[in-house]
Amino acid sequence: METSCCCSCSEQKISCSCSIFQTDSHITTANRIDHLLARWGYKRSGHTVRPGLYRLGNPDADSPVFASANYTISFDILRSNLKGFDAYILVLDTKGINVWCAAGKGTFGTDELVKKIESTGLSHIVSHRKIIVPQLGAPGISAHEVKRRSGFTVEYGPVRAADIPEYMKTGKATSEMRQVFFPIQDRLVLIPIELVHVAIPTIIISIILWFLAGPLAAFAAITAVITGTVLFPIFLPYLPTHDFSMKGFILGGLSAVPFSAMYAQSSDLPEWALAAGAIVPLLIIPAVVAYLGLNFTGSTPYTSRTGVKKEIFKYVPIMAAMTGIGTIIGISLCIFRLAGVI
Amino acid sequence: MFHSYLVNSLKFHKDRCINCKRCIEVCPHGVFSAGESHVELVHQARCMECGACALNCPVQAIEVESGVGCAWAMIRAALRGRDMDSGECSCGGDAGSCCGIE
Repeated sequence: METSCCCSCSEQKISCSCSIFQTDSHITTANRIDHLLARWGYKRSGHTVRPGLYRLGNPDADSPVFASANYTISFDILRSNLKGFDAYILVLDTKGINVWCAAGKGTFGTDELVKKIESTGLSHIVSHRKIIVPQLGAPGISAHEVKRRSGFTVEYGPVRAADIPEYMKTGKATSEMRQVFFPIQDRLVLIPIELVHVAIPTIIISIILWFLAGPLAAFAAITAVITGTVLFPIFLPYLPTHDFSMKGFILGGLSAVPFSAMYAQSSDLPEWALAAGAIVPLLIIPAVVAYLGLNFTGSTPYTSRTGVKKEIFKYVPIMAAMTGIGTIIGISLCIFRLAGVI
Repeated sequence: MFHSYLVNSLKFHKDRCINCKRCIEVCPHGVFSAGESHVELVHQARCMECGACALNCPVQAIEVESGVGCAWAMIRAALRGRDMDSGECSCGGDAGSCCGIE
């Protein structure tokens, strides 16, 4: 994929690396394995493409130039959607992070774009002065600044690379192409990384609970985490209310009911102990699911910082109180049982 | 009730707007729409404060405190005794949270 060749940069005033890489639209099995590993969080920052200028197909001086990030999935989605096109792809150094996140951080930004336009000698390779930047790169790019500093006009392409062929045909992105959606397939691909993040603490807590309170408690802990990391993203748009924490409380409450019921009908404990024990899952599971749900805000393409901050102040104290009270009841029951009181 | 996202930091100064429509182009949530002499701020509550409109407005007609709406990053910053707004989004980092779009 990265066969380097030499460009003619004899007429250039600025120094350039003098190499253009060749690429194509074909996604190999190795690419797919790389994407899968990235989705599962294996070596998070290791899925990189070499930054610089790429030739896709057989471009000439009039061919379009597309900007991309040096995250393999970003680059691969772009090139696979440019099948049949002869074009240049200018890969910015975003430290292996996708376009939107890198734009938010500023690494997919005006400075880096101008720098790459200069260092690749792009103005000597193409005769036009236009670069197509993905719309989701706009939080990092100031189009008029790029124009002023490099002479290149930034044209914002559609949000989804799949719309590029249509966009190239009509020269215009429809308002539909400019909108971000968060459909089920976009939510599903995020589940592995959500799971990976919480896997180790969940396993440790489940083992501890198994010995302290039995298999039902261990199973309840795993259920809470699966509900918060798998079911929550799946059911996100269908859960009532707008606030992620509230959605989490509702979903967590539903998943807690069976555990509460099972405990209440379980052993030969006195009635007050069964009632107290049955409350524990109703307090802790919704709090855990709400917390995991709240943390999913960063993975969605629509929550504002102001709103998320408001949610944190509004709901985190409630989550902490529920977890605290639930834990105290649970530990008290354990102590009573060990002491032979119940 | 249970809607924390109705208010945000987006401010639009229509007197400065030159109707270039860049904001309409870059906004991923259709917050702005075309108007006669200037664009219109039509869906304020949909704004996610990404900052694309403000950064691409050539006449500074739009102000927004841009930042990533990620609870994970903000809670982590708060736990470390830092300002919540300094909490950097850590997508891509090995221990980091993750954004959804490529």
